[in-house]
Amino acid sequence: MKYVKPESLHAASVLLSEEPGTTRILAGGTDVLVQLRSEVVEPDLIVDLKHLEGFGDITSEDGGFRIGAGVPSAEMYEHKALHAAWPGVIEGAELIGSTQIQGRCTMVGNLCNGSPAGDSVPGMVAAGAVVRVHGPDGERDVPVEEIPTGPGKTSLAKGEFITSIFLPARPERSGDAYLRFIPRTEMDIAVSSAAANLELDTDGTVTSARVAVGAVAPTVRLVEEAGTALVGSKLDDTAIANMMAAVEAACSPIDDKRGTVEFRTKTAGVLAKRAAHIAYERAGGSK
Amino acid sequence: MKNFHINTTVNGDEAEFICEPDETLLDVLRNRLGMTGSKEGCGTGDCGACSVILNDRLVCSCLVLAAEAEGGKVDTIEGMADGDKLHPLQKVFIEKAALQCGVCTPGILVAAKALLEKNPDPSETEIRYWLAGNLCRCTGYDKIIKAVQDAAAEMRSA
Ligand code: FES
Ligand code: FES
Repeated sequence: MKYVKPESLHAASVLLSEEPGTTRILAGGTDVLVQLRSEVVEPDLIVDLKHLEGFGDITSEDGGFRIGAGVPSAEMYEHKALHAAWPGVIEGAELIGSTQIQGRCTMVGNLCNGSPAGDSVPGMVAAGAVVRVHGPDGERDVPVEEIPTGPGKTSLAKGEFITSIFLPARPERSGDAYLRFIPRTEMDIAVSSAAANLELDTDGTVTSARVAVGAVAPTVRLVEEAGTALVGSKLDDTAIANMMAAVEAACSPIDDKRGTVEFRTKTAGVLAKRAAHIAYERAGGSK
Repeated sequence: MKNFHINTTVNGDEAEFICEPDETLLDVLRNRLGMTGSKEGCGTGDCGACSVILNDRLVCSCLVLAAEAEGGKVDTIEGMADGDKLHPLQKVFIEKAALQCGVCTPGILVAAKALLEKNPDPSETEIRYWLAGNLCRCTGYDKIIKAVQDAAAEMRSA
């Protein structure tokens, strides 16, 4: 195994493209080191990118935030303006592992690990986050929901990697929230999860809504029909019922000892409902 | 495998070591630097026995490659006491018998110290959540939580 800290983005993508064997990108290492240790993967090349410019930074951009691929959850949690603008995104990121894991784990790592149950992913998808991908052909911006393609799989080509995540500016009267179901109180993997992100007009009517669910399909899913069901409403019972039906229709979960298909499907709908109500309240809608 | 020559600071002192690319920071602390206070309970980030402070953040040293510590700053349990003078947390853990076998203790002390530096007066719930990644198979946790509260009170009045 080789461990390399390339001097530039370009050098990193050349290294990754030219390596014939298995490669891994090291950010927080909280998944990669576990894979190494359990011999699930024996990488030939590990590329550490954390030292590169911008990887460790949270910066304001166009009224929103650009978060470097190496920023650990703990740092996002402590960033007051980011926390205030996107509480639901932070809520997901701070559910990844323990305090110790929080000190290292990153949202980009959580995304690229490709777990359908990744806690930070539904919040980012609901937020309409966009990742910046660097690769042999230069840079491109990609909506976050297009990155995972299946358990442990991403749409990134050989030599490509994510350098940052962009969270857009927040209009007034907007709010987001993330919830998951676990059988314990801490330190567990989501059995099902949901995030909601709403924008309201002055009288509290929803003008835009995005709902995403986790752990109920091969990837985290954006459920467009669920968002549509809420638009034009003040989260009345009919709108919520339609939204929950759309969420349930989008679920195709696995059946295992942690949760049956029925249980995961039902709880995803309930979590989406609760997340929507929290997001509504955070957006300043009175209920 | 190509070895690395790493320069870092451990408990305020310069430290250099040679390591292989797949060695963890925990491996190096224990096997190359002779600091066996940090324990390996699981090696996969689940138990917290290997907790150290890396560049001012509480982390699991079993999930850090030793080569990543280049130019960085590591604080371990070995740096917690001031010579023979125990840190209040260490003192209270002994007085209140907040340990049995002691395997989890160094990690819990390092993690608890990090908590009290951020929050000198944490509630019981805050302590329990903060230490959720530190597993103890002996004590049942209550004495640990109580000891952290007592040490916090002592440190606040000092
Ligand atoms: S040995 Fe590092 S968390 Fe268990
Ligand atoms: S005292 Fe034995 S594991 Fe905690």
